[in-house]
Amino acid sequence: MNTGTIIKISGPLVIADSMKGSKMYDLVKVGKLELMGEIIELKDDTASIQVYEDTSGLRVGEPVYSTGEPLSIELGPGLLTAGLFDGILRPLNVIAEKTAANGLNPGYIEKGVTAPSLNRETKWEFKPLLKKGDKVIAGDILGTVQETELITHKILVPFGVEGEITEIKTGAFTVTETVATIGDNPVQLMHKWPVRTPRPYQAKQIPTTPLITQQRIIDTFFPVPKGGAAAVPGPFGAGKTVIQQQLAKWSDADIVVYVGCGERGNEITDVLVEFPHLKDPNSGRPLMERTILVANTSNMPIAAREASVYTGITLAEYYRDMGYNVAMMADSTSRWAEAMREMSGRLEEMPGEEGYPAYLGSRISAFYERAGIVTTLGSEGRTGSATIIAAVSPPGGDLSEPVSQATLKVTKAFWGLDASLAAKKHFPSIHWLNSYSLYKDNVEEYFINATDADWKELRDLAMQILQKENELDDIIKLVGMDALSSAEKILLDTARGLREDYLQQNAFDEVDAFASTRKMYLMLKAMLTFHQEALAFTQGNTQIEINDILELPIRESISQLKNIPESNIESIVTLIDSIAPIIKNLKENNQDSDFGINKVINGI
Amino acid sequence: MKKWYNTIKEIAGPLVVVEKVPEVAFEEIVEIRDAKGNIRRGRVLEAGKDTAIVQLFTNTEGLDTKTAEIAFLGETLRFGVAESMLGRVFTGAGEVKDGGPEIIAEKYVDINGAPINPGQRQFPSEFIQTGISTIDGLNALVRGQKLPIFSGAGLPHAELAAQIAEQSRVVEVKNGTDLVESDEPFAVIFAAMGVTFEEAQFFIDSFEKTGAMERAALFINTASDPIVERITLPRLALTLGEYLAFEKNMHVLVILTDMTNYADALREVSASRKEIPGRRGYPGYLYTDLATLYERAGLIKGSTGSLTQIPILTMPDDDKQHPIPDLTGYITEGQIMVNRELHNQGIYPPIQPIGSLSRIAVNKKYTREDLSAVKEQMASSYAKGMEIKELALILGESALSETDKAYIRFAEAFETRYITQGRRENRSILDTLDLSWELLSILPKKELKKIKPEFIEKYSK
Repeated sequence: MNTGTIIKISGPLVIADSMKGSKMYDLVKVGKLELMGEIIELKDDTASIQVYEDTSGLRVGEPVYSTGEPLSIELGPGLLTAGLFDGILRPLNVIAEKTAANGLNPGYIEKGVTAPSLNRETKWEFKPLLKKGDKVIAGDILGTVQETELITHKILVPFGVEGEITEIKTGAFTVTETVATIGDNPVQLMHKWPVRTPRPYQAKQIPTTPLITQQRIIDTFFPVPKGGAAAVPGPFGAGKTVIQQQLAKWSDADIVVYVGCGERGNEITDVLVEFPHLKDPNSGRPLMERTILVANTSNMPIAAREASVYTGITLAEYYRDMGYNVAMMADSTSRWAEAMREMSGRLEEMPGEEGYPAYLGSRISAFYERAGIVTTLGSEGRTGSATIIAAVSPPGGDLSEPVSQATLKVTKAFWGLDASLAAKKHFPSIHWLNSYSLYKDNVEEYFINATDADWKELRDLAMQILQKENELDDIIKLVGMDALSSAEKILLDTARGLREDYLQQNAFDEVDAFASTRKMYLMLKAMLTFHQEALAFTQGNTQIEINDILELPIRESISQLKNIPESNIESIVTLIDSIAPIIKNLKENNQDSDFGINKVINGI
Repeated sequence: MKKWYNTIKEIAGPLVVVEKVPEVAFEEIVEIRDAKGNIRRGRVLEAGKDTAIVQLFTNTEGLDTKTAEIAFLGETLRFGVAESMLGRVFTGAGEVKDGGPEIIAEKYVDINGAPINPGQRQFPSEFIQTGISTIDGLNALVRGQKLPIFSGAGLPHAELAAQIAEQSRVVEVKNGTDLVESDEPFAVIFAAMGVTFEEAQFFIDSFEKTGAMERAALFINTASDPIVERITLPRLALTLGEYLAFEKNMHVLVILTDMTNYADALREVSASRKEIPGRRGYPGYLYTDLATLYERAGLIKGSTGSLTQIPILTMPDDDKQHPIPDLTGYITEGQIMVNRELHNQGIYPPIQPIGSLSRIAVNKKYTREDLSAVKEQMASSYAKGMEIKELALILGESALSETDKAYIRFAEAFETRYITQGRRENRSILDTLDLSWELLSILPKKELKKIKPEFIEKYSK
């Protein structure tokens, strides 16, 4: 092991000499307190190190120890039960206990306090699936551990190992005890993986199954598939975090990895307080049992913030390899990019756009490329997926800045948040006119199978109505409502209904917070059936006041559909069926009342 | 024994470059002695093998490279804090400014603080009544929150901040009718960076007049005081705040003004270090730096105290997208917008509800059941009223329906009666709710879509 000496300290950057023999991205321990750091530049004998902890008090001349290994995290049972980690996967609850044991205030993260990610004492019940003498290759499932009631943790043959099982045990083991031996290689419940290296797989697949988010605007108009990547850019106050949290709560992923990267501490606390009380809709178990939180808040060291995104995606890939569908939320990747910028500035690298390093774009695309649906290693070739949903915080909400631009290049779904919608309390404030999803066609078949043949037709018609509304708005501002035709007035009413009662969704309402695909389909169908019947009615009935239709009680019922609980949504079918007769009835009544006039007109 | 080095090589702005130094520590405290024997303090910004870059806490005027000497004190900056600092006034360097006795420190603490462990935070939910309708009724402040005031030059944010500091109480509404005030100990810490003498005096006077002074500690750096002190000042204030909140279990409100001056000071130091500038010349780490201040607000498990922050910033040219308000908005939990148009109409406090936001909801049990619905209704009805008003300008009054006209009447009453209140008018949350229902009665009942029918039945006038 190499030992170097500190020759310079500037914030999170430490330069040490006598470091020859160390490799790029090797993990080092810096100073007497053994602060964790990572080598990010080597020049002859000196190494530039980014330190994951506060460096104040660190002194020139103190030692630097090289571990000879890249920054790696521990993967194994206990990730889901520990619940909360920092950017380099230190368990924050254990850190608090240790801080208290050192006589310090456990409310704060004091530097130099470390703990292994996975508890070394906990015994896990290992159930082997294979037996002695079986031939295995990397990625095969040796056995399982019930990590939480929701999640069965699969113990895989490690990458690079294959051969005959010479020994396999059953019973309770800690993460470091050997549970099997393959050839001469002992296998434990846990292993380490370098976070900057993507975990291998056999092949990538084209994603075709949507991640069902239960958010109407996303699933209907801008879907993201399992294994896809979506970006959520928006100015502050537009609701990025609420959307990320809604997806963490209601999406049909098996595992959620939530990375709070350089954001507010209270937001993490919010998740920690709320998730244990929220139940998984399928199993009734607390959502926390499928959630891993990686929290590196804005005031925690920036080098660890830079690492947190890689930590998150490595966790996602690990569970993906077991055959799960994992969703990773990163809030916010702009803070990650800023951490890169800060380190790059301290290294005195030549800056690219807005001071960001020239390699910003390649780092961002390499990260998003780790999303995907794959055929995993192993002889059975399981399918697993990692979906990335990343918030971007462009300064001033201006998307022309480098981080947004580099992100848009590689993510195929874009949910553009709009400050003016947020100001009107329209949530989620995803703007329907400037968002897009290039995955729409990939997942179409799934939605048609899950709903009905006219899904695409309804969806496209709804979008047309919303676009037409935008055009009409300009006209109204100039000449007023009166200049519009009946058909246009109906269109505006439908568009308003779509905006207020379909696109908007109240995250804080028990019923409205989520919607099944079936409920979405029925709501859309009801709104558009009314629209078409109303249009048909006005054609050839010019004498009729448009408000007679728009003030029908059924119109009001349609606007309340979002409040119908999932258990009762089939009642919407009855409502849809009654729309045409009700409007037709109006027609007849109207003709009755206008009988005299009609007679005159028709010359009877 | 202090060892003095006579190896200062360069002095630029607040920065001093020293050569042939011993093994110094990052952030180590130094003393610099000039020819007359005056001592100035500073800290190490960059520690190198032979050279160190030091940032002074005061100005460098009168220092020369020939006679000045430097000593490294072997420790990082620690600030002596004590409960007896309440009722006192300090400089930006933490020295006594009011002529009173020196403070006997109860504890020495690193002024940079340590990050709060997110797993050890408690989620804020207790209602703070500021007595101002546009805050309490629409964007309530919560214990442990950080809620900035976004203002502009020439707007009465100082009056507003003083009024909030004087009137803020933790209250609870019992049985929907009784207002019970919490008797837990509280304190106000006021951190003024680069304010004018008059503004500083205004705060001291208003604290003294209302008797709030004995529960307050003031840190004041006026416009003519050293600029670099503005960087340490908020950290001193927050260090005292954390001590009182989390070790003495007090409810502490820290008012930071003006954050624009703080950021400008940071920019100045960054420029003299020749760092690569980010937007508008501010350093690329402005976000992280601001976060290390704002994130010190909160509640921590195991302590009954809380630290609430109200940072005030003047937006250059009223531009919300300027880096300082922009980055602040990304960190803080909402913002209160002070608006020039309202101010020009003679409305005080000129808080514009459209664009103001409080991200943290008050727990229902601390106020009345109808607060959250009334809040939504008031805000959206006002927004709608303003929209119709605008439309009426183009199309003329005649194009408006009766409902539209009611909205315009509502918007006007909202501005003159709800937003407007006296500088000393302290409205309880119940008064604010009563007023809300009175104003909502201007609108046809069917327009009150955001309020449950049973609340309308129960409370409507």
